Amino acid sequence: MINKQSNVYTIVYITAMVIVVGAALAFTSMALKDRQQENAQADKKSQILQAVHVTTSRATVIADFDKYITAQLVVNDKGEDITGEDAFMIDVAAQAKIPASERKLPVYVCQLPDAGTKYILPLSGMGLWGPIWGYVAFNDDCSTIYGAFFDHQGETPGLGAEITKPAFTDQFPGREVFKGNEFLPIEVVKAGQKPLNPKVDYVDGISGGTITSKGVGAMFDNCLSPYRAWLEKTGKTLGNI
Amino acid sequence: MADKISNKQIFFNPFSKDNPVIVQVLGICSCLAVTAKLEPALVMGISVIAVLAFSNVIISLIRNTIPTNIRIIVQLVVVAALVIVVNQLLLAYAYDVSKQLSVFIGLIITNCILMGRLEAFAMGNKPWPSFLDGVGNGIGYALILVIVGFFRELLGSGTLMGFQVIPQCAYDAGYVNNGLMILPPMALIVVACVIWAHRSINKDLQEK
Repeated sequence: MINKQSNVYTIVYITAMVIVVGAALAFTSMALKDRQQENAQADKKSQILQAVHVTTSRATVIADFDKYITAQLVVNDKGEDITGEDAFMIDVAAQAKIPASERKLPVYVCQLPDAGTKYILPLSGMGLWGPIWGYVAFNDDCSTIYGAFFDHQGETPGLGAEITKPAFTDQFPGREVFKGNEFLPIEVVKAGQKPLNPKVDYVDGISGGTITSKGVGAMFDNCLSPYRAWLEKTGKTLGNI
Repeated sequence: MADKISNKQIFFNPFSKDNPVIVQVLGICSCLAVTAKLEPALVMGISVIAVLAFSNVIISLIRNTIPTNIRIIVQLVVVAALVIVVNQLLLAYAYDVSKQLSVFIGLIITNCILMGRLEAFAMGNKPWPSFLDGVGNGIGYALILVIVGFFRELLGSGTLMGFQVIPQCAYDAGYVNNGLMILPPMALIVVACVIWAHRSINKDLQEK
């Protein structure tokens, strides 16, 4: 009979357990990795499409994405194209943390049969508990918002998590980021209040979800500002500003 | 064990007389976190049933080999490994559900009921009763979660499983959702109300 209280037994036992459990977890992770990545990418595609009010299912999302998204560009904060980058694979959350002049900025060009060309820009920021992100679609004047989509990792259900609901996102269409020559990203204010700058377009935040709402406002400011040059250039080329 | 209790009792006792949440007052932490809406409460309940049943069986199978001085660590490793596997499977095969549960799946590891059952039951019983004990306690936990989630979502958001149940005309007549219900402290108060009701019915649970 082995002495189960001995140090040797304990050490051998724990070592064996760690190896077995570690191998089992590594195997699960490896075996499922491809499926998980596919799911994550399909989910990202469906989120991008939701910004232009296209709802898809898991089965059709890849075909729909290829159908509506006609081009993917990467630009810098001077409005110039960067070549040789895959817009879809750029980690927007990481880009949002580095200085604007060094960022690689993805743009998804979308053709809707009944509404024309839209430009979808990704956003990323912080809520109360963790990351929040979103996609905002602009009309071809590059100033008026056509649609917005937000998602979060772990905001409080019923409070901060309400940023994903139509009650919040439906406030965005029609707001403009260019007022004359000024570039003013949308602000999120406490319901019933107005922003300090009377010219800026704003939406109402969520009661009880103040920090998440502020996070959305900060995300617009931080992630849209570097696009200013590109939006201006594209809008002017098309003669719409 | 002096007087052996039947498998039936092992399975059904945790529903009411020996409920992990309202009698043993375990797992209150996750009860506050996931019950603002009914749907996450339900999925969390199901996940806990699964993890609790399997970890109980695994610990019960290896119970005679575990060195006593590191038994808690062994239990933790088993639970944590199972939770990660569940999370990975959800990510691969039920991506939407896993997105919805996000951090809550990880929270299962810290659920006191799991450690409680592993330590109190699975360490000293055969696999089959341990399985029943795990499923029974999981269901007992899920029941309370669903009751609390039901009241909090209904009164706090006017919806159930995301569907509007309080009609628009009630809002037009001046009814307002109680925003307090969404906040975690109200979960404690709802749990306390459930305990109150439960003890009023079961007089033998009342302390002198």
